[in-house]
Amino acid sequence: MPSITPAEVAHLARLSRLALSEAELEAMAGQLDVIINSVARVSEVAGTDVPPTSHSVPLTNVFRTDVVLPSLSPEAALSGAPAAEGQRFRVPRILDEE
Amino acid sequence: MTELTRLTAAQTAATIASGDASAVEVTQAHLDRIGAVDTSLHAFLHVDTDGALAAAAAVDAQRAAGATLGPLAGVPLALKDVLAMQGVPTTCGSKILEGWRPPYDATVVRKLREAGVVIVGKTNMDEFAMGSSTENSAFGPTHNPWDLDRIPGGSSGGSSAAVAGYEAPLAVGTDTGGSIRQPAAVTGIVGVKPTYGGVSRYGLIAFSSSLDQAGPFARNVYDAALLHAAIAGHDPLDSTSIDAPVPDVVAAALHGDVRGLRVGVVRELNGEGYDTGVRQRFAEAVTLLGELGAEVGEVSCPHFDYAMPAYYLIAPSECSSNLARFDAMRFGLRVGDDGNRSAEEVMALTRAAGFGAEVKRRIMIGTYALSSGYYDAYYGSAQKVRTLISRDFAAAFERFDVLVSPTTPTTAFRIGERSEHPLKMYLADLDTIPSNLAGNASMSLPCGLSPEDGLPVGFQIMAPAMADDRLYRVGAALEAALNDRWGGPLIDRAPAL
Repeated sequence: MPSITPAEVAHLARLSRLALSEAELEAMAGQLDVIINSVARVSEVAGTDVPPTSHSVPLTNVFRTDVVLPSLSPEAALSGAPAAEGQRFRVPRILDEE
Repeated sequence: MTELTRLTAAQTAATIASGDASAVEVTQAHLDRIGAVDTSLHAFLHVDTDGALAAAAAVDAQRAAGATLGPLAGVPLALKDVLAMQGVPTTCGSKILEGWRPPYDATVVRKLREAGVVIVGKTNMDEFAMGSSTENSAFGPTHNPWDLDRIPGGSSGGSSAAVAGYEAPLAVGTDTGGSIRQPAAVTGIVGVKPTYGGVSRYGLIAFSSSLDQAGPFARNVYDAALLHAAIAGHDPLDSTSIDAPVPDVVAAALHGDVRGLRVGVVRELNGEGYDTGVRQRFAEAVTLLGELGAEVGEVSCPHFDYAMPAYYLIAPSECSSNLARFDAMRFGLRVGDDGNRSAEEVMALTRAAGFGAEVKRRIMIGTYALSSGYYDAYYGSAQKVRTLISRDFAAAFERFDVLVSPTTPTTAFRIGERSEHPLKMYLADLDTIPSNLAGNASMSLPCGLSPEDGLPVGFQIMAPAMADDRLYRVGAALEAALNDRWGGPLIDRAPAL
């Protein structure tokens, strides 16, 4: 298996939305390499004839009737918000400046 | 009235029902015990004194009004901090949720409240249940009541320490790769991972959704059964919840019997890497099962050797997706929102500040394993291993009613001993992971103290999915025989704190 480069770790951190420091990235590169290499042996026994299991309970498409049930009030839903305005979550800008 | 903290859960409920002590007195005795010993143990992240006394007073009022009390009414319980409890701080052992008070109850919490169980507080845990020692808590480690320099297991280490340290007769934990059974093993108590889907996950803050399962901790098998029965059952709010009757675990715990039962010793879950003392106590317990009338044989589950690497791909993959919800937008910590930074920058700064090292590692591993180009080799292969492990179990359960192994290869290790070595830490879950991958039911109960270090050894019993009652039937029989041999429960030998 190929080893994980620092550039790859930085890319993973960006995908993971983790603003890691240079020191953290460096430490993480070594650790990820060791861990990934130790788990890579799963491919030894994973033949093409073996179906994957995503879940131990064979359940698909659990439906319920479409009825209105009690749910959180806006106040309760917003009770843990870092910032709120009116009945809405207040968030930093999502789009780049026009 | 300190003796109130020494009672079993069943005795506690009987004491309250008969009026020999009020629920408030029982709760106060446990709050006093927590006040006296938790500076040493650090089992609790939050003690809900007012809520617990109010819940106890409600039980006393029900009794005064002539109501028939349930089998756990008034019994104190310690709740792992991964379960949402309305109005009570719920952190998952993480800075990212510090100060958050959920606006709703987990289904497990609702059921406990309805049963009159008194939740005394929220227990410490490895951050987001990722760990085997409780050292990954952002709020400091928990200590093992048997030896304060050692870990209480993890990730539900606060729950195991609270029960072993007589701060509560019962606790709820969660088990994703062994996080109930391994802490129970290293603290000398009983812990059960029910069948996946047996207990609702609604309000259980997700780490690895296809593996997470809540279950009971207790100081004996019967108490664990009472708690299991109280929290199990179908829940429409959890679409993976099994819509079938809960196996009668309480009756099974009352009628422990292994005569004629076929017990398979799993060859792959023993041998090299296991403490001599662990192997000795395990072998003695297996011999005892034979003496009690079980038909004991050996069974090979060849793919169990691949369970750990599969787990350390599947769990991080699911975690990297689940923990995306901690985005600094709707609840929890928000860092760096200075009016100029974008939402994406604030997310990345918040997550870097709010998550600890192990959580970051697992999110990164999961992101890697799910990346295009690597998906088939890692996550895809791990899912195939999961199939092979389920097939191993199915074949073994054709020949045997239950399977057994040590719960963990070693006794409790020292705090700090493995914290810099993630792979060494992962070995603690070697024996417990297969049951999570296959979704079947598993129990750990104490089978003695290791002659090497005098610390508790856990005995694991595995049963097919929805045959949880078998765990209790075997566990109760073994427990009774061991208690006869020891002249009383093992936990009585734990040092006074």
